[in-house]
Amino acid sequence: MTDRRTFLRVTSLAGGGLLIGTLIDLDGAARLWAAEPIAGANTPFTPNAFIRITPEGAITIVAKNPETGQGIKTMLPMLIAEELDVEWKGITIEQAPLDEAKYGRQFEGGSTATPTQWEPLRRAGAVGRQLMLAAAAQQWKVPVGQCETEPGVVVHKASGRRLTYGALATAAAGLPVPDPASVPLKDPATFRIIGRRTPNVDNAKIVRGAPIFAIDVTVPGMLHAIYEKAPVFGAKVARANLDEVKSAPGVRQVFMLEGGTALNGLMPGVAILADTTWHAQAARRRLRVSWAAHPTASQSSADFAAKAESLLGGAPARVLRSEGDVTGAFARAATIVEARYEYPFLAHATMEPQTCTARFADGAMEIWAPSQTPESGRQLVATTLGIAPAAITVHQVRGGGGFGRRLNNDYMVEAAAIAKQAGVPVKLTWSREDDIRHDFYRPAGWHGLRGALDADGRIIGWSDHFVTFGEGERFAPSAGIQPTEFPALFVPHFSLGSSVIPLGVPTGALRAPTSNAIAFVFQSFIDELAHAAGKDPIAMRRQLLQQVQKPESGAMPAGVMDPSRMLGVLDLVAEKSGWGKRTLPKGSGMGVGFHFSHRGYFAQVAEVRVSKSGDVKVVKVWAAGDVGSTIINPSGAEQQVQGSVLDGLGEALKQEITIDGGRVVQGNFNDFELLRIPEAPPVEVHFRTTDFPPTGMGEPALPPVIPALTNAIFAATGKRVRSLPLSRHDLSWA
Amino acid sequence: MVVTFTVNGTPRTADVPADMPLLWVLRDVLDLKGTKFGCGIAQCGACTVHLNGAATRACQIPAAAVQGQRITTIEGLSTDATHPLQLAWQELDVPQCGYCQAGQIMQAADLLTKNPTPTDADIDAAMVGNLCRCATYQRIREGIKRAAVLKREGAKATPARPARRPGEA
Repeated sequence: MTDRRTFLRVTSLAGGGLLIGTLIDLDGAARLWAAEPIAGANTPFTPNAFIRITPEGAITIVAKNPETGQGIKTMLPMLIAEELDVEWKGITIEQAPLDEAKYGRQFEGGSTATPTQWEPLRRAGAVGRQLMLAAAAQQWKVPVGQCETEPGVVVHKASGRRLTYGALATAAAGLPVPDPASVPLKDPATFRIIGRRTPNVDNAKIVRGAPIFAIDVTVPGMLHAIYEKAPVFGAKVARANLDEVKSAPGVRQVFMLEGGTALNGLMPGVAILADTTWHAQAARRRLRVSWAAHPTASQSSADFAAKAESLLGGAPARVLRSEGDVTGAFARAATIVEARYEYPFLAHATMEPQTCTARFADGAMEIWAPSQTPESGRQLVATTLGIAPAAITVHQVRGGGGFGRRLNNDYMVEAAAIAKQAGVPVKLTWSREDDIRHDFYRPAGWHGLRGALDADGRIIGWSDHFVTFGEGERFAPSAGIQPTEFPALFVPHFSLGSSVIPLGVPTGALRAPTSNAIAFVFQSFIDELAHAAGKDPIAMRRQLLQQVQKPESGAMPAGVMDPSRMLGVLDLVAEKSGWGKRTLPKGSGMGVGFHFSHRGYFAQVAEVRVSKSGDVKVVKVWAAGDVGSTIINPSGAEQQVQGSVLDGLGEALKQEITIDGGRVVQGNFNDFELLRIPEAPPVEVHFRTTDFPPTGMGEPALPPVIPALTNAIFAATGKRVRSLPLSRHDLSWA
Repeated sequence: MVVTFTVNGTPRTADVPADMPLLWVLRDVLDLKGTKFGCGIAQCGACTVHLNGAATRACQIPAAAVQGQRITTIEGLSTDATHPLQLAWQELDVPQCGYCQAGQIMQAADLLTKNPTPTDADIDAAMVGNLCRCATYQRIREGIKRAAVLKREGAKATPARPARRPGEA
């Protein structure tokens, strides 16, 4: 039962955050997968929902969760294949349809696939292997203990007999399925698949342009749809020239949808259905909609900033955490540092704009969607359109990027509503402008920080007034903060308070939500304190990590970082980057940042070169991570780190969404700019393996790079960046 | 208007509005879905195809302009996904989500035709118009350099293209 305890420990580490309560418990999974044995000639072997082996030896492994580029369509089947003990090459990977009764929770978010599936899916594979061993032992009339497996084959060493899994499939299918909770798992030292660089299973299709993305779905008789919504979020249609649009070439139907008021539901708008996407887009240029007056039509980024400025001048409306004697610490401080930080709204801008295909016939809805939360989407469609969830089928289709955008299913309910109204199958394809202007934005935020240093340069006091969005006690989605966020529990006298501004703009999780902003603010301010104390930024951080403040109970709260693991990656990145070992010319500098999020530990160093006129070139980034005992797919893990680091650089360098007149100003990649290849530095990735269960890779490598960059700019130029993006700043020096 | 042009070596005809971008002629009329829609304003390169052998943005080419012209899409870059870039992309595991990669490969193929031994700087200059939101840029650079090697080796060692495997389209 050691393994079971290990698993339960992982779940207890997951406290807090968006996806608490989504972790599968092993006992529940065991019940779920205890399939009834099926006997009969030529029966495929299906010990659970994840494995199918035919008597001919064809092996299929099911990938249960959505794939949008984070690599789990490859990684999750690797776990099963390892314990089933089959050759990776030659097996077929099949994307599961949405069926949570069969597969357990099916979603993508919070970097949870690894920690939640690491043990259950290996057990799913091990069940299959045990049955193959049992079937062979029965056939050979030898004890199971004398049998072992090689990939795809059971071997009886003593007699030299061998039987392939295919040859054993029918016999194995008739055996009782063992309890997944008690099947033995491999010694990690014997892993043949886990730990091996394994390419994305869809690569062969991707490089030949096979139609595997959501936008490629084709259903017989379908029309192509666009959906025009109000630029002011949720405004209703007052009038529209529908008849004029109907007469445009290739247009088949034009109609309004009433929609509701929920920012994450079906919003009011006009649908245009045509023979091709282009006909719909061209007809849209003739569409004239008068939008009804709406209460959020006057909100603007300038007003939000003015309100934040005013709130920062007063005391926080709420105290989120207060430890020690903050007033006293500041009263006796040798040095006090004060600074205000801010960051903008951001869009997700997945390369594939939001898209979904739906067909409604005979009371049943069929949906093809790139959703990160397909079951939530099904429920949203059911509630909005009055269709029983059981009458809604959802196919999981590869999405061209997720990053948290597809946690919301607004585009899914739009496609379903349009298909239901139209009576024909519909593929909805948003324009890029729709996508940028109707997102669930990373919320902007402001921080008023004060830090107190004692005469030895130790951080003894910290206070933060965080101004964000929300109403009363409720934060807008992804606009909150964990009260235990570092350096809480490390600074003895610590206070964190918040004030909120009401918001009529949809917000949501963007890759490493909260962390993608907090790391910039806190790790930059720690850098300011290090410089004020005359200390090396890494030495200052090492000291801070060693002054952990144990709560009175002695037990650290769940989900709080383990300082020894962070010290490990900090030391590793210092070593790999040659921190403090090189003298750089004026205009060049190195900066460091670390952050714990999604159970992962990352420290990064950025080296920059800033020209005298202020152009920033990121020369290189070193990343050190600790995500536990095992890097399941080193190729995918390296990709996620490199992608996260460059994603963070892109956000910091150029990205900003502004609101004016209640609407989003930016609309396409000309004014919401993504990082381009000449701006992408090499990212050197190192992992420190530790004796903890492995955790996820999709997000935790993003947050530290932003402060590493801004701290490097300070080292290079003496200019402290306290707001993003960098494109707003004059970084010239001489 | 009726447009007649060559797509991946095959003569094709499409009855479409003269101003319909080639991107949508390919995707919605000819059912060639490999060419992707990303922005519609030539800012992302996801729709990159070859027009008479040169990389271009299919979202900016009206149907009327391809009359009598020769278009190559990702589906026609090789008959069996053995173009050196297609091999290198798989070998080095370049894609993450994969959505932009058809455009990346088509742009890179144009580069390799003009410059068989590109440096990182050459690659950055040629690929600046192709966005990858997953930021696979480091592996794109490695992939292009690997493909350049494969291309040189292939030119020395074997005839232009290996035979098609039985049963393959």
